[in-house]
Amino acid sequence: GARIREGDCAVLKRDEVFKAVSVLRRRKIIFEKQWFYLDNAIGHIYGTTFEVTSGGNLQPKQEVEETTTETKEAGTDNRNIVDDGKSQKLTHDDIKALKDKGIKGQEIVQQLIENSTTFRDKTEFAQDKYIKKKKKKYEAVITIVKPSTRILSTMYYAREPGKINHLRYDTLAQMLTLGNIHAGNKMIVMETCAGLVLGAVMERMGGYGSIIQMYPGGGPVRAATSCFGFPKAFFDNLHEFPLSKVQSLLSGTFTTETLPADPEENALVEEESNGLSEEKQQETEEEPAAEAPMEINPTEEQDTVDINAEDVEFKENKEKENKENVREKQIKQWERRKKLKEAAALLREKNADGLIVASKFHPTPLLLSLLEFVAPSRPFVVYCQYKEPLLECYTKLRERGGVINLKLSESWLRNYQVLPDRSHPKLTMSGGGGYLLSGITVLLERGKPDCSNSEALSMEEPAAKRCKLQELPC
Amino acid sequence: MSFVEYGDTIKDGDTAIVFLGHESMFPVKVQHGTVTQTKYGVIRHSTDLIGKKYGSKVTCSKGGWVFILHPTPELWTMNLPHRTQILYSTDISIITMMLELKPGSIVCESGTGSGSLSHALIRTVAPTGHLYTVEFHQQRAEKAREEFREHGVEHLVTVTNQDVCKNGFGVSNIADAVFLDIPSPWEAIGHAKSALKAEGGRICSFSPCIEQVQRTCLAMEEYGFTEINTLEILLRVYNVRTISLQIPDLGKAAEDNSSIGFDSNNPSHQASPCADLQQGTVQFKSGVPLREVVGHTGYLTFATKS
Repeated sequence: GARIREGDCAVLKRDEVFKAVSVLRRRKIIFEKQWFYLDNAIGHIYGTTFEVTSGGNLQPKQEVEETTTETKEAGTDNRNIVDDGKSQKLTHDDIKALKDKGIKGQEIVQQLIENSTTFRDKTEFAQDKYIKKKKKKYEAVITIVKPSTRILSTMYYAREPGKINHLRYDTLAQMLTLGNIHAGNKMIVMETCAGLVLGAVMERMGGYGSIIQMYPGGGPVRAATSCFGFPKAFFDNLHEFPLSKVQSLLSGTFTTETLPADPEENALVEEESNGLSEEKQQETEEEPAAEAPMEINPTEEQDTVDINAEDVEFKENKEKENKENVREKQIKQWERRKKLKEAAALLREKNADGLIVASKFHPTPLLLSLLEFVAPSRPFVVYCQYKEPLLECYTKLRERGGVINLKLSESWLRNYQVLPDRSHPKLTMSGGGGYLLSGITVLLERGKPDCSNSEALSMEEPAAKRCKLQELPC
Repeated sequence: MSFVEYGDTIKDGDTAIVFLGHESMFPVKVQHGTVTQTKYGVIRHSTDLIGKKYGSKVTCSKGGWVFILHPTPELWTMNLPHRTQILYSTDISIITMMLELKPGSIVCESGTGSGSLSHALIRTVAPTGHLYTVEFHQQRAEKAREEFREHGVEHLVTVTNQDVCKNGFGVSNIADAVFLDIPSPWEAIGHAKSALKAEGGRICSFSPCIEQVQRTCLAMEEYGFTEINTLEILLRVYNVRTISLQIPDLGKAAEDNSSIGFDSNNPSHQASPCADLQQGTVQFKSGVPLREVVGHTGYLTFATKS
């Protein structure tokens, strides 16, 4: 199996609690009120369970042989069990002393059992429950697992649901399936879920195909994406495109002259941007249908010329260090523009294989614009924490046309305890994991009055039925 | 076209989905010279389908029209010919995620049944993974093979006609994941364990009854599986409706014409506030649950071999 290596992205697991970490030497980790170092875990196989020993070291846990030697004693009911608060003979100080001596959690649990006067009178099930509870508290074991969408989406939903707009893992699972995410796709992803949705899409595409991530503000957030530990190659065909440029891309006035990121960099380009954008506009007017790759070359040259021109300026200033800094920035910026142009070119083809939206923004404007970039007969899925915006989005999409099989849904997840004679649904379940609106794109017949739309509407919601519902609102 | 790769235009031999309306569609095998009957009239494959773009509107002989869609495992699930009970996309999606499937994964499945899950598994593990699926019913096994061939995915799947409880999956130490949808999954847990890679993997068993789940969980524990977890997933679908609720007449109009308690969303009523109080309505959009929904498909039990 895969071994834990230094620099890996790994996930710590204790019972149902997860935490994503980078495996680094001599780095103190705090997890579930314990602190330790991961040094000793390096070289072990993923899935290994460790015990935390004194000094914060990790030691692979040995298989424990169950001590079922003595015949078990147990009561049948709790009619004679009285809660006097004195059933445990060990005091808090005694337990603390045991812990301070560095005695193994396993032995502490054994001592607790031996010093419990009521333990033998408890039913077998109650004894079981007691031991489990104490084990959880005193046996400090953690498992180190490889990150995956399953683990990271469960972890995020439990630890930081606000960062992923309360997108529950089963809802994310629906999105990946409804969106027909698979190797070779060209996907458009718009998310403000810390990069978790992006990571999930990347995992399902396995490095085949391409992804264009649409981002608000200065740049895409990929904190969760980095937890997956994807190989570098997965990022070769990951593109990003600023949302603030979508309108200009659709109307044909798109230029790369004002990058949305780094305010510093923007200040640098400001003076020269005007002249260039004018030129660019002329270019697009002359050749409105110009193929993207053709557009890239002339402007690339333009950029190089600009850098040279700046060079001259700075040589005069004779600030060598400063010059290098600026040059570095210029190169970075040039690279960013190049990437931006690549993403724009991919979008301009308007042949994406799907659209995934999961953000904090109102979904309607996102859908109405971003669907333009999707090919016909492709699925799209929108997530929203709330149902109401999706109701509106549904209506607007119907008005726009070009979509069929619209479906508003929500999934419910119920976990079970399965034990001999003690099987039942778990006590608590999640109240909500968000809503999905999904559908399939079709060729949009523009120019014609969209009679197809009203027909589609009547097809999906028979007029008679609708009247009835209005008459009898429940 | 194939179920693992999008194509733009409809070609001879493709499986396409004819979409007539909500919940009303069917698959069609595209063939030169063939015609398909719909309630809107005839579709002639040579002229109406072949060469057209997927997602096009096709006008049928009676003037009605349909959309022709590219096949996906999800559309196939909704339209496939049933030979058995099938798994639907809601269960399939959580199975796929919880089994940690992705391109390159090796999966074992039994039984193949009608191939609903199989198509979804193949889609996810392509182009470098593989599905080993075992079906003890000879006719069903053969039918599945035929479908995989027609759908351009035969290179990604091996169908074996044997009893998984007696003979296992026919492979050992190669799978990243195992899925069981059989009446007595506990009899196949040992075989599942040996099919999984030595370094470990994930398993899932689908059972409608809790008694089956209990026996399966016991077997999983016995064979050393960890992280045993049983769950159930349900889908709630909402119809989007505009609802009007009537405002009750409390006799207020006679008392006071000027104070209006409600802001009616209906502009026609806003024009005459008097009428509003008498027989006004308030309109709003609502997601209305369907009258009857699927309440239970099966319990899904997941576990890890480590």
